[in-house]
Amino acid sequence: MASKGIRDRVAIVGMGCTKFGEHWDKGAEDLLVDAAYQACESAGLTPDDIDAYWLGTMGSGISGLTLSEPLKIQYKPVTRVENMCATGSEALRQACYAVACGAFDVAMAIGVEKLKDSGFSGLVVTNPPNDGTPAAMTPPALFSLLAPAYFKKYGLDPDKGKDVLSRIAWKNHRNGARNPKAQFQKEVPIETIKNSPKIADPLGIMDCSGVSDGSAAAIVVRAEDAHKYCKNPIFIKALSFVAGPAEGPLSPEYDFTSFPEVVASARDAYAQAGISNAREQISLAEVHDCFTPTELVLYEDLGFSPRGTAWQDVIDGFFDLEGRLPVNPDGGLKSFGHPIGASGLRMMYEMWLQLRGEAGQRQVSNPKLGLTHNLGGQPGRCVSFVSVVGNSMG
Amino acid sequence: MTGIVSYGSYIPYRRLKRAAIAEVLGVAATKGERAVASFDEDSVSMAAEAARDAVRAVGAEQIRTLLFATSTPPYAEKLNAAIVAAAARLPIESRAADLTGSVRAGLSALLQAADAAAGGGAPALAVMSDCRLGAPEGRLEQASGDGAAAFVLAAGEGVIAEIVASASFTREFLDTWRMPEERFGHSWEERFALTQAYVPLLGKAIQSVLEKSGVAPAALARVILDAPNPRAAEEVARGMKLGPAQLGDTLALTVGQAGAAHPGLMLTAALPSLKPGDLVLLAAVADGADALVLRVTPAAAKFRPAHSVGRMIESKGDVSYGNYLKWRQILPTEPPRRPDPERPAAPPMMRSEKWKFGLVGSRCTACGTPQLPPQLVCVKCRTRGKMEAYPFADRTGRIATYAVDRLAYSLNPPTVNAVVDYDGGGRFLCEMTDCEPDRVAIGDEVEMTFRRLFTADGVHNYFWKARPKR
Repeated sequence: MASKGIRDRVAIVGMGCTKFGEHWDKGAEDLLVDAAYQACESAGLTPDDIDAYWLGTMGSGISGLTLSEPLKIQYKPVTRVENMCATGSEALRQACYAVACGAFDVAMAIGVEKLKDSGFSGLVVTNPPNDGTPAAMTPPALFSLLAPAYFKKYGLDPDKGKDVLSRIAWKNHRNGARNPKAQFQKEVPIETIKNSPKIADPLGIMDCSGVSDGSAAAIVVRAEDAHKYCKNPIFIKALSFVAGPAEGPLSPEYDFTSFPEVVASARDAYAQAGISNAREQISLAEVHDCFTPTELVLYEDLGFSPRGTAWQDVIDGFFDLEGRLPVNPDGGLKSFGHPIGASGLRMMYEMWLQLRGEAGQRQVSNPKLGLTHNLGGQPGRCVSFVSVVGNSMG
Repeated sequence: MTGIVSYGSYIPYRRLKRAAIAEVLGVAATKGERAVASFDEDSVSMAAEAARDAVRAVGAEQIRTLLFATSTPPYAEKLNAAIVAAAARLPIESRAADLTGSVRAGLSALLQAADAAAGGGAPALAVMSDCRLGAPEGRLEQASGDGAAAFVLAAGEGVIAEIVASASFTREFLDTWRMPEERFGHSWEERFALTQAYVPLLGKAIQSVLEKSGVAPAALARVILDAPNPRAAEEVARGMKLGPAQLGDTLALTVGQAGAAHPGLMLTAALPSLKPGDLVLLAAVADGADALVLRVTPAAAKFRPAHSVGRMIESKGDVSYGNYLKWRQILPTEPPRRPDPERPAAPPMMRSEKWKFGLVGSRCTACGTPQLPPQLVCVKCRTRGKMEAYPFADRTGRIATYAVDRLAYSLNPPTVNAVVDYDGGGRFLCEMTDCEPDRVAIGDEVEMTFRRLFTADGVHNYFWKARPKR
């Protein structure tokens, strides 16, 4: 593996996250300033103490000015990054490398998305001028391709498969109900999820993540400096980001029951972090549950469940808050909401709380290592990010 | 010898029962059903389907002339025939023209293609297609149908139906007309044209062509007559004292009168049942009259169309009158809360002409892997720049997985998308059409069809979809 990693060389010393949801009274600038100040305050810093910024947004602004203008940043580098739904994680990764290499002492990664101003339902993406041939599929339809393929491959009757998917949404809502910053803070009965109006069969509206506004931010420093800013920092064990060759729509060998990009980024991240058995060693995970079949397939791609068995783990409650490996304890994209550019940093925000014992009524007992997984694109054609973080060095 | 060397035809999958129209509108129902172009079809896309089948036997690269006849061209300005040519993968070295303004254009195209083939020596393609639109409650709404037919005409070997003689008559009179900006046409009181134009002109053309070819009405194996008012054809047939065996199916109960395509469609429906030596009279009247006598040759016995008219009449699914009104945008509906599709851009469309219009992908000559859209670097062996053109339009495939999208913009929700794995290699994620969403399954066999995906800012976006094999 070519990537060498920066295990234990960078620490997160402050984080902030706005409530996610329908912020009719706030623009991207309000959300950014709010998240940036929260992060600074949690590290005992002011924006003047930050040496460089990485701003992730898919479509709520262009260039570093999107951040420097509202925050009144005093002539410092602000880099705007975009990597589809993994944009927030990409901002974090760049900020970590910047401090690890010594170019800066203190960097901020911040992500934002303001989705509710578009006037349309669901996510709207503007394509460059084209020849009119790319399939105009909506994100739920693209991810729904996983469901019949997975059910057929592992002999799951579609009704049973639908139960499994519904249980994933049920779990994430149950977790989100314990999170004051989540978009939907309500448990939802499994029957309501199962019978929700169809969006892309077999997916109903309740299999889809929340369309949301929000922002989240992290402040990173070199690990040796971490205790100058913070009593209990969290440490970066692994950062992996891969873009695939988009083979899925081209090659009959791809069977729509896996994200090869996720498999590759997980393998890379586990090598960086020295993890040999993710199912046993990871204490908790935030994964990219844009739609329920995504989360199902991710369990297997991340090595949490052997191939073809994730559905059984779902039924057994393995990934529940009280289960052996809680996944999306903060409610996930499903219940916390999915403001694209902010989501990767929102996942890290949950690690920040959980690994420091600050997650309140959803606190996982005694976590050591947490994983975040963030992807952008579609099955067979995507980018994938995996991080591993821990609350101690070594 | 000049004549037809191959042919193709197309009848859309959807049918509208005439009783279903009557039920909603409270008007009198006529018998049977009519073929309806789907929400993603028009005269150009249907012409492409018929043309592809017609050129398959001859080889598209042989064609040097294309004449596209329709009374319903999708573009008032911009060569519609060029889209048909690109979809049928005709060579760039060709003459092409739209013949429009009257349903008479159908036989005009056939005769002019015959002249082109006889004079220039290279095969000529005549395609006739129509998507007739009648105003609700009108006769045309129930009586007309949608469809297309295509003929390759050539001189010399391989002729399956020789043109023995032809005759044409043109007169100025007013019966059916439509201004460029109008969707629905107008008609004069029907007795006038019936008695003063259609019966006499059709009679004159038939008399003339029979005299030229020295054939008596009784010697004709089949007589195919078409007129805007079917009573004109009936009256002329009575006058010729034709027997019921000589008159074939008018397709009135199964397809409806398909405008400029109708005489051609009736001919392609009749040809498979005719024997070598049979004489056929094909005559149509509308803004003038054209008549041909054809002699079926021994070569006809060997020709089998890829999709016969009989097969396409059987392969069908109903459309409700409500959906028909939506598809034709006669009934405005509330737009979805999703952005309108963006118009395709001219430079990328021209760059990808062979892909977009012809569904030509690529095949890596280093490892042999077919792939689409055409790639620069091989998806399998990652060799750069060793691709050759590889057409997928005529390949069948099977569904690897699929999605039923209820959120996407469509005139006919839900949109079904399928991952298609082609026989012989290659995979493509594309939209499905002419399918029943709740019956789509992994493993289903599909074939490719040329469609109009949508129209945005006055630009029609044509591309390919998969459909259950017909």
